[in-house]
Amino acid sequence: MLDADFFRRWMTAAAASVDREAERLTALDSAIGDADHGSNLQRGFTAVTAALEKEAPDSPGAVLTLAGRQLISTVGGASGPLYGTLLRRTGKALGDAAEVGEEQLAAALREGVDGVMKLGGAAPGDKTMIDALVPAVDALGSGFAAARTAAEEGALATTPLQARKGRASYLGERSIGHQDPGATSSALLIAALADTAEADGE
Amino acid sequence: MSEEKPVGIVLVSHSAGVAAAVAELAKGLAGGAAAVPVAPAGGTEGGGLGTSAELVSAAAASVDRGAGVAVLTDLGSAVLTVKALLAEGDELPDGTRLVDAPFLEGAVAAVVTAAAGADLDAVEAAATEAYGYRKV
Repeated sequence: MLDADFFRRWMTAAAASVDREAERLTALDSAIGDADHGSNLQRGFTAVTAALEKEAPDSPGAVLTLAGRQLISTVGGASGPLYGTLLRRTGKALGDAAEVGEEQLAAALREGVDGVMKLGGAAPGDKTMIDALVPAVDALGSGFAAARTAAEEGALATTPLQARKGRASYLGERSIGHQDPGATSSALLIAALADTAEADGE
Repeated sequence: MSEEKPVGIVLVSHSAGVAAAVAELAKGLAGGAAAVPVAPAGGTEGGGLGTSAELVSAAAASVDRGAGVAVLTDLGSAVLTVKALLAEGDELPDGTRLVDAPFLEGAVAAVVTAAAGADLDAVEAAATEAYGYRKV
């Protein structure tokens, strides 16, 4: 079972990963976006770790809703409301249980991903974070490692796609040949989840 | 129609300068619209380009007179930020609505309509109708 501390460690691992990869995310975003994805997410996840230290929420759902709220408030770009909605919707779906199982997490994450699709109007194949998140959630039933692999493959598979959402969509065919920064950061988030679970021996 | 309580208008842009200038232009073109509360929410809290949920919440609270608040946005993250705040439920005043309208033309239509004492539905309709105004 996964408790609040597990989710806190997931968010901390995600923040560390975003820190490490911020320059790469921004470089990807400079090709087809407005070159701020890494720095925006870094600002958001710094706020997430600070808030989690200060407030110490005591359930998995409360950890994720607090984290989502911080992202919506502080990121400044589209990734803020999108990732914020992902975590908040997932957190709300988990409710106030003190511990949750892997199946429960998978079902809640699916609700979170549905919320992101509704907010941004994106579907699989649009060259967005959805292209990493949907395969990850589909694979989560087979374990955390499978979800990490599916997210990474999903992110890589955005390279030949033409963007249909966000600023990259203005580039039309010129968006082809670049890996999507949002799908890449989504793969980092899922990898941080898998790392946290593996460190736990889950 | 409500004569005493005007609808509030919030203008959310990626740029503080754009939001402030559009607010000024809309109020100017509305003539005697001093009674309509209009608040810009542009850029990030640090003064950069982007959208700030905190600035949007503060702007909406500042223009709320109890008759509803019409929020107009420019692009991408401005739209998503307002939608996310609306989904939160308690971040924006009751009766706050994201209005689907062109930013500048919609702002002018919204402020002029609100200045005439119209309610939120009429303000929204006027702003949305601005999409139909062809220039060529």
